[in-house]
Amino acid sequence: MAILTVREALQQALHEAMQDERVFIIGEDIGHYGSTYGVTAGFLEKYGPERIRDAPIAEAGILGLATGAAMAGMRPIAEIMSVNFSLLAFDIIINHAAKIYSMFGGKFSVPLVMRTTNGWTQLSATHSQSFDAMFAYIPGLKVVAPATPADMKGMFRAAMADPDPVIFIEHTLMYGVKGEVPDGDYIVPIGKSVLAREGRHLTVVTYSRMVHLSLQAAELLAQEGIEVEVVDLRTLRPLDMSVALESFKKTNHAVVVTEDWQSYGTSAEIATRLYEAGFDYLDAPIQRVNFREVPMPYAKNLEQQVVVTTERIVAAIKKVLNRS
Amino acid sequence: MQKQRGSTKAVTSATQSVRSSMTSTPFTRALEHLGADQLVEYYRQMMLIRRFEEKCQEMYTRSKIGGFLHLYVGEEATGVGAISNLQPQDHVFTHYRDHGHAIARGLDINPLMAELFGKDTGCSRGMGGSMHFADVTKNFWGGYAIVGSHLLLADGVALQCKMQKTNGVVMVFFGDGATNGGEFYESLNFAQLWKLPVVFVCENNLFAMGTPLEVHSSVTEIHRKANAFDMKSMRIDGNDLLGVREQVGEAVEHARSGKGPVLVEAMTYRFRGHSAQDTQKYRTKEDVEKHRSADPLEAYRKLLIDEEICPASRLDAIDVQIDAEVDASVEFADNSPVPGNEWLTDAGIYAAPLETLTVDPTLV
Repeated sequence: MAILTVREALQQALHEAMQDERVFIIGEDIGHYGSTYGVTAGFLEKYGPERIRDAPIAEAGILGLATGAAMAGMRPIAEIMSVNFSLLAFDIIINHAAKIYSMFGGKFSVPLVMRTTNGWTQLSATHSQSFDAMFAYIPGLKVVAPATPADMKGMFRAAMADPDPVIFIEHTLMYGVKGEVPDGDYIVPIGKSVLAREGRHLTVVTYSRMVHLSLQAAELLAQEGIEVEVVDLRTLRPLDMSVALESFKKTNHAVVVTEDWQSYGTSAEIATRLYEAGFDYLDAPIQRVNFREVPMPYAKNLEQQVVVTTERIVAAIKKVLNRS
Repeated sequence: MQKQRGSTKAVTSATQSVRSSMTSTPFTRALEHLGADQLVEYYRQMMLIRRFEEKCQEMYTRSKIGGFLHLYVGEEATGVGAISNLQPQDHVFTHYRDHGHAIARGLDINPLMAELFGKDTGCSRGMGGSMHFADVTKNFWGGYAIVGSHLLLADGVALQCKMQKTNGVVMVFFGDGATNGGEFYESLNFAQLWKLPVVFVCENNLFAMGTPLEVHSSVTEIHRKANAFDMKSMRIDGNDLLGVREQVGEAVEHARSGKGPVLVEAMTYRFRGHSAQDTQKYRTKEDVEKHRSADPLEAYRKLLIDEEICPASRLDAIDVQIDAEVDASVEFADNSPVPGNEWLTDAGIYAAPLETLTVDPTLV
């Protein structure tokens, strides 16, 4: 075990992936610029421009070339610097990468990994969004959003080994998060959720960066005698609700925390699954904590009111438990 | 499909005609390099496409075929001539009007008709229909129904050819209507920037669905759009089979030699509507008739007869044989089972279904 940041864990995962000659990375500013978030820093020097392909600012092209190359036997990693830019590639992702396997009768698939980032920090309306729900909505895609360095590395390995297109969602505010990472080569499977903290009073169901804020909220509440269980979904499609439902049957209370808009967002699906399968165990209405439903403002005072904070998570938990 | 053999006599006779004329044309060069048999084979391919499409229309009218049906009738010379230059290691991408390219690439028509009938024996297991023919064993990567975006996938396969040094070339077909969207320009830029072995074949049939060329494109000579990328380009008569074969052949060799992509604009015309439901308000019957009178298939047939490559009687015999093949494809499709309900589960959507973690064994 080593203590690594998310960035370092991803770097290890990418270096391991590059051992396969079929793997190449295509994206904006991944090479000469030195990588926007530092993940592929030094890769161009080590692997050369044939395999570290600085692409034009043309997201449809990046995903389109990666999809075609994947069909023909390569193992491309397409990097979309910010998930907001992926909108320009949605035709390729949804109409092609996600459809090709079934639409052509299962004769060939698209083993593509698209790395991208959620995040915000006074970047305003077009650079602070989450489209997790839009990806997870699409049959044919697999969508993962790990929270810890260990899961980042292990799930990236799983994504690279998967014959289907995988959307690998990172977070700009998580690259410096540290955690224990097993040595060597290992896989954390796609589609398996995990318990991030044990508790008995209430279940928080969450993923990605919100796992860390939920754990902070749980820590604060522990001081008041409230024991919160935190479930990290890790994968949005396929959505594994088994751990969350087991927990919910024990605690009978739930809060869903996701860093996206509430209406039609990931929390809508997660809460619905809890209601559908856990109705008999329900002691109080489920609460959701999400972005406020506005385009992200630039002004810091306003942005702080839009994003999810530990305080808002704590408040939601107390509301469900009827504590003040 | 039985390949028709030409008679030695016809070859001898035509070779003499070439020698006596002393004029080198695409026809004389093709005859010299390929021989009479191959010239007749191109006729067979064009006629097979024609008759297959006519049968499709009939089956559509009889509700054996559903969805959209876009027929290639009138454009056969472009597809057959262009694809005739490809080798097994080469690749084809095309748009939703894909039947002709599939047949020209040598796909058996039985699975094609079965696909149209929505049957399990279809080339795409009945999951794709008319717009999504594919056969990965022939590097025929499929028809794509979102206008323009498959050009980027073609670039991606070309990148694979280049990175893995397969010596393969990718040929991608699209219409004039596909050359105004962003994905077209992205695909040209990537291809030229990275010197990808792509031959972009624009089938300019003068209409983007029902919108005339001069109404949809600021530049109506589509080949000039390559100039923005310093890309080699050419405008050719898409209705002259042997001319297409020769000029696209130069483009293929350019791409294969590592010099980069080529944009070919093949001027052609579709005789039928955009799809089977099209009432064709955007063009006159006179216009269509004018083009029909210059039918590339009829013109090629006449060439073969006039140049004594093949007597009319033998071409008629080929037609009869094709009719039998097409009828047989209908029977095959009719008698085939429908796809199973497993396509409605994750197993039909994912190469590695959701419930299990399937790891590519080559990566373990």
